[in-house]
Amino acid sequence: MDNTLFGFLDYAVYGTAVLVMLIGLYGAMVKKSLLKIVIGLSIIDSGLNLLIVAIGYYKGGTAPIFSQGFLENFKSVSKMVDPVPQALVLTAIVIGFGVTAVALALVIRLYRHHGTLNIDEIKNLKW
Amino acid sequence: MIYFILISVLLLLMIAASVYSIVQKDLLYAVMATGIISLILSILYYLLQAPDVALTEAAIGVALTTIIFVITIRNTVRMEDESDKKEKFKSAVK
Amino acid sequence: MKKFLVILLLAVLGYYIADTYFDIGFGQPHFVKSAAPVKDIYLAKTQNPLKVSNAVTSIVVNFRGFDTLGEVTVLFLAVTVLGSVLYKKRHQVGERSVLFNSSSIVTSGSKLLFPAIILLGAYVFIHGHLSPGGGFQGGVIIATGFLLMLLAYENYSVSHTALSIVESLAGITFAGVGLLGFMHGGTFLQNFLPSGVMNNLFSGGVIPIIYIAVGFKVGAELTGVIYTVLHEKGENNG
Repeated sequence: MDNTLFGFLDYAVYGTAVLVMLIGLYGAMVKKSLLKIVIGLSIIDSGLNLLIVAIGYYKGGTAPIFSQGFLENFKSVSKMVDPVPQALVLTAIVIGFGVTAVALALVIRLYRHHGTLNIDEIKNLKW
Repeated sequence: MIYFILISVLLLLMIAASVYSIVQKDLLYAVMATGIISLILSILYYLLQAPDVALTEAAIGVALTTIIFVITIRNTVRMEDESDKKEKFKSAVK
Repeated sequence: MKKFLVILLLAVLGYYIADTYFDIGFGQPHFVKSAAPVKDIYLAKTQNPLKVSNAVTSIVVNFRGFDTLGEVTVLFLAVTVLGSVLYKKRHQVGERSVLFNSSSIVTSGSKLLFPAIILLGAYVFIHGHLSPGGGFQGGVIIATGFLLMLLAYENYSVSHTALSIVESLAGITFAGVGLLGFMHGGTFLQNFLPSGVMNNLFSGGVIPIIYIAVGFKVGAELTGVIYTVLHEKGENNG
């Protein structure tokens, strides 16, 4: 990434990640259809993973892989991007997919049992 | 300069796709917008020097999540505010 | 009224979260005030005793290997819950919820693409310690290849027994390699094989063995998920 106009990018990446997370949270809290709520949960996962990976970025850094070109040219470890957040996000993406799959299986069972996906009507059918 | 334009366009597209997927009433289009969010996220991970994470997000977010959502829509409703019992009640009244 | 309250709450939440992250700063080295930052120790140990090219692989499998075992367990639990919630009657096995005839371009093209996708997935998880990739990425690519064949042909089926056997054997291999570390050195999941020259295929000790097991397990599990979801027949559609 270049150094030109970098002052704007300081706030843009963090602001976008937080904004996407808040849009997903709004969808999960306000919408009435169960499928829209599950879509909102999936969007929250995406925004959160971007936020975690964006912390570990250094200006002018390179990917944390010791290849032949790196060993001949650079020879110093301090130019590498932080590898610890990347290892954590790798796990988080797979687990987010697992949670979405289980939630969708429950949505299919609820639709078969009640006949509707509206949470107002499902709450009324209890009595 | 080229990086600045590229990153700004990608971030704006991501916000627009997420707003579209919450607001739209046709659920198939909302699921496609979620796939677009995952694709743009994968490009952003590559620009932030994280190639492992970009591979994982591109494979899981675009391919597998979209197919699971589409099969769920096939087995339940397609538009957001339709249901079985409402249609049966309306047709019985008429 | 409810929407206005929700927007107000989200605005307050977003302000405080964004304020914290703007104070940290983007692109600056953060944790240099402590004596030994974690990142420097991991990168130094990856170069000298361990000699593995991919630093993220060495963190995921070697230094934090127990977390990877936990993640594989959570994925297994999710697949089991999915299989038990979507209950399928015995005599309806074999009926699909998506039945359509694909055109001839799709059928012949997917027959050509399927071996190439499997080969790419196997390459990615075998060379996980030399270039970007690894077990999870390779397993998901293999599952995508099976998804392509399941969508293009009407009567393509993967035998459920074979998937269960592959998945169980891969899980036993992972835990067994960890127990072998007990017998040879000291701790669970310790690296007991010799680490060779950097950038060689046979280097890094136990890491290629564990990643091959994880690649097989994730590929078999996600293929099972897709297969279960595709054979879900509703009662009101045909």
